[in-house]
Amino acid sequence: MADTTYIFLQHYWWFIISLLGALLVFLLFVQGGQTLIYTLGKTEMERTMLVNALGRKWEFTFTTLVTFGGAFFASFPLFYSTSFGGAYWVWMAILFCFVIQAVSYEYRSKPNNFLGARTFEVFLFINGLFGTVLLGTAVATFFTGSQFSVDKMNLANISKPVISSWETPWHGLEAALSIHNLSLGLAVFFLARVLAILYFMNHVNHNDIFERSRKQLLYNAIPFLVFFLTFVVWLFLREGFAVNPANGLVFMQKNKYLLNLIQMPVVLLLFLTGVVLVLWGIAKSLLKTYTKGIWFTGIGTILTVLSLFLIAGYNNTAYYPSTFNLQHSLTIFNSSSSKFTLTVMSIVSLLIPFVVAYIWYAWKSINVKKIDEEEMKNETHVY
Amino acid sequence: MEHFDLSLVNWSRAQFALTAMYHWVFVPLTLGLAFIMAFMETLYYRTGDEEWKRITKFWMTLFGINFAIGVATGIILEFEFGTNWSNYSWFVGDIFGAPLAIEGIMAFFMESTFIAVMFFGWNKVSKKFHLISTWLVALGANLSALWILVANAWMQYPAGMHFNPDTARNEMLNFWEVLLSPVAVNKFLHTISSGYVLASLFVVGISAWFLLKGRHVLLAKRSIIVASVFGLITSLFLALTGDGSAYQVAQKQPMKLAAMEGLYKGTEGAPLIVIGALTPGKDYTDDKEPYLFKIQIPKLLSFLGYRSSDAFVPGVKDIVEGGYTYTDKDGNQRVALSAEQKIERGRVAIQALADYKKAREAGDSAAMVYHRKLLDENFEYFGYGYLNDPKSIVPNVPLTFYSFHIMVGLGFLFIAFFVVMLYLIYFKGFKVNKWLLRSSILMIPFAYVASQAGWIVAEVGRQPWVIQDVLPTVAAVSRIDASAVQVTFFLFFAIFTTLLIAELRIMFTQIKKGPKDGGK
Ligand code: HDD
Ligand code: HEM
Ligand code: HEM
Repeated sequence: MADTTYIFLQHYWWFIISLLGALLVFLLFVQGGQTLIYTLGKTEMERTMLVNALGRKWEFTFTTLVTFGGAFFASFPLFYSTSFGGAYWVWMAILFCFVIQAVSYEYRSKPNNFLGARTFEVFLFINGLFGTVLLGTAVATFFTGSQFSVDKMNLANISKPVISSWETPWHGLEAALSIHNLSLGLAVFFLARVLAILYFMNHVNHNDIFERSRKQLLYNAIPFLVFFLTFVVWLFLREGFAVNPANGLVFMQKNKYLLNLIQMPVVLLLFLTGVVLVLWGIAKSLLKTYTKGIWFTGIGTILTVLSLFLIAGYNNTAYYPSTFNLQHSLTIFNSSSSKFTLTVMSIVSLLIPFVVAYIWYAWKSINVKKIDEEEMKNETHVY
Repeated sequence: MEHFDLSLVNWSRAQFALTAMYHWVFVPLTLGLAFIMAFMETLYYRTGDEEWKRITKFWMTLFGINFAIGVATGIILEFEFGTNWSNYSWFVGDIFGAPLAIEGIMAFFMESTFIAVMFFGWNKVSKKFHLISTWLVALGANLSALWILVANAWMQYPAGMHFNPDTARNEMLNFWEVLLSPVAVNKFLHTISSGYVLASLFVVGISAWFLLKGRHVLLAKRSIIVASVFGLITSLFLALTGDGSAYQVAQKQPMKLAAMEGLYKGTEGAPLIVIGALTPGKDYTDDKEPYLFKIQIPKLLSFLGYRSSDAFVPGVKDIVEGGYTYTDKDGNQRVALSAEQKIERGRVAIQALADYKKAREAGDSAAMVYHRKLLDENFEYFGYGYLNDPKSIVPNVPLTFYSFHIMVGLGFLFIAFFVVMLYLIYFKGFKVNKWLLRSSILMIPFAYVASQAGWIVAEVGRQPWVIQDVLPTVAAVSRIDASAVQVTFFLFFAIFTTLLIAELRIMFTQIKKGPKDGGK
């Protein structure tokens, strides 16, 4: 008894989650930038400009992360309970990285701030390094799987009503030890730095910073490509966690993720366009005095990440595989909220274009000018 | 039979309480100060008086310092539902997740977008757009509060849902019932107004300090007037909605009400304790006199709780032992079951769920219907099935009792304070006496105490439930090692305390510096 509306809603919400994830990765340029403050800024004033260029955007990255979490909770609560409760350490580590970030901009340059400006800069660095690597690593487990078990009916076990448990004592730390997961984590890290560099080239009006950025672009684009290609090639060659639509059983299928791309040409198109745009933005900024690279690489990032999320969840694939017991893997069907809740949320999601519109408008109105020294001296609210 | 790992549960509770209480240190000021700034900027917009702009910008600086740490402490809470209460997240995620997601989509983005305009837009956007942004920040902050409070209210009074045995979870049936349940409405109004009162006291207190020092006199006077008017109106409203909350508690969580009042044995025409002290070590099973001393108003509790001065208010003992009559939410007269009977019925419900599953696997549809019916009939007590001891349905009475009385006492003190302040300003001009100014400063910590106490009433008073009658705290927890939670508890404790110290020092420094140069 297939309920097509329900199936549609489940796909719709996986798409929204994927889009939020993609936007999040793009917005991680703030994190990437935080690891470059001392590389690109040699004087106090230069660093102030860099920090402020990032500081006006950090809330967005943060809020996107929060919304990503909230939307995941609402649309796929079984993922929320299984992954967060199980991979406890990874998620806690990520959260710590973001907690220390949230205060750092506001407190860094304020007098009498207890820890000193340097400490807050270290916080920003930690957030930029571990926040990105760990997020990438956690997302990679969508393809590599984790050791957990799920049984909803355990609820009927009065003395131990535990629905999902992690079956290794590492509670998520094990994910960070897998090379494949790490290759995605590092790819995200270097991508974030690339994006940050392109953003600075676009938004900070300062010759030295521009020149240093251009040099750094090369140094970061190369490792990014290496790690990204490692991950993608390996992803397309490996077996994937497929679901048999007839009986819902999960099985290992050769080249599953490559097949997903081929069987969903639109996603393939997204993926290829995305990759081309990413490279285009980088290449053009390397070769010429060009400041608009962030647009190409940024949009490309969104498309590429979106397509990666889509091949993890669409086309009869288990997006959160259990290597402990294949049949416990989570799919968009067995882990989603009820049809009613998804419907309510879909109605709410109609607001998203409106939200995007006002964000756009507000940004435009305060970003009319690039950041320069003049502004740093005159502006009253400076980080 | 394995047993619940109590130390895991307790550490998880401690961690949640710690992080929530830290978050709540910063949130109420955000909620209220946002409006006060918006009022001030409106005055600037209307009059064009640069002094109002300076005043607005001064309070905005303090707002920014407070806001940053509010955000830092909030993210933890959201993810803690997954990390520490994973069973809970599945069991009720279908209902609970939605408000959280809507909060992100609707409220947090609004807040963070317009905060950027508010802080960086002074020289970049028009005066009007800036003013609108400030108002939208206030609106966004209060919308954040709405959705999370709806979620919390639903935990106190799970409305608009049913249990689906096929998926083994609760599912939403009616969004409006979740959003507009009387508990949610009261909780939202009471909580946001508590934020307004706190922020008003904050503004008055700091301004009073300026007056005592003879600095920034104009700023201080103007701020005191704006904040006192706002404070008086909202503190009256706070008392009103507090009464509304207490009424809802009486209807939906009688055990919490009994704990709030230290009422061990129920009576008709129950009095309200105004001030009192509980006998230490009192338990509902012994015959000790419950109060060391008390000042009470006869019949008022019955009146407030049931809107009838002779109504019967059950005490802790009555609720554990059952046997009294009450009116249920459909208006029927029913005899209360004892905790023991409820536990039995809960066990039946849980067993029925297990049998239903077996029947489904066996494809036995007759048995499925039978067990399903059994489950539905007993679902009302489902959560009790996880409990072992009738005593465990009693929350921490002294903590709830004292917190409640501190909150209410301070609430009336604040009303009196604003009245006196405005009276003196109106009739004596601004020759406000030193004594009043000094006590204004004292009101700031009082406001924080009242506010925290309120949450202790709400959250400790509902123990042992995470979801009233549906899911006890012990069954909500994630399966991790207690030691892991212990580690994160101390990490949070250390980091939040460090950040709090940094926040306070920055805040005090900015206050001492005064308004002159805005941000830096
Ligand atoms: C400045 C803070 C403040 C002040 C002065 C008051 N309250 Fe309050 N109260 C809160 C701040 C608060 C709160 C922090 O906002 C709570 C916690 C949970 C909630 O819903 O609101 C709360 C909860 C709360 C509850 C529990 C609701 C529940 O369990 O769901 C009751 C019954 C009252 N309040 C009643 C009152 C009354 C009768 C007051 C008399 C004036 C009062 N409060 C003053
Ligand atoms: C920000 C204000 C809040 C404060 C200060 C606060 C305070 C507390 C305290 C003191 C406890 C521990 C109770 C105990 O274990 O004895 C607790 C537990 C808890 N609260 Fe809150 N709370 C707040 C808001 C909320 C909200 C809005 C929600 C849900 C939307 C919530 C959900 C929970 C949960 C799930 C627990 C853990 C389980 C439990 O012990 O019941 N809290 N909170
Ligand atoms: C226990 C449940 C709670 C959770 C999960 C939660 C979650 C969060 C999160 C994730 C943020 C950061 C948002 C951002 O990125 O900007 C935040 C901030 C905020 N929260 Fe909470 N919160 C809780 C309790 C509350 C309560 C009870 C209120 C109000 C009554 C509240 C009101 C706010 C407000 C106004 C902000 C804006 C920033 C600030 O805190 O100053 N929250 N919360």
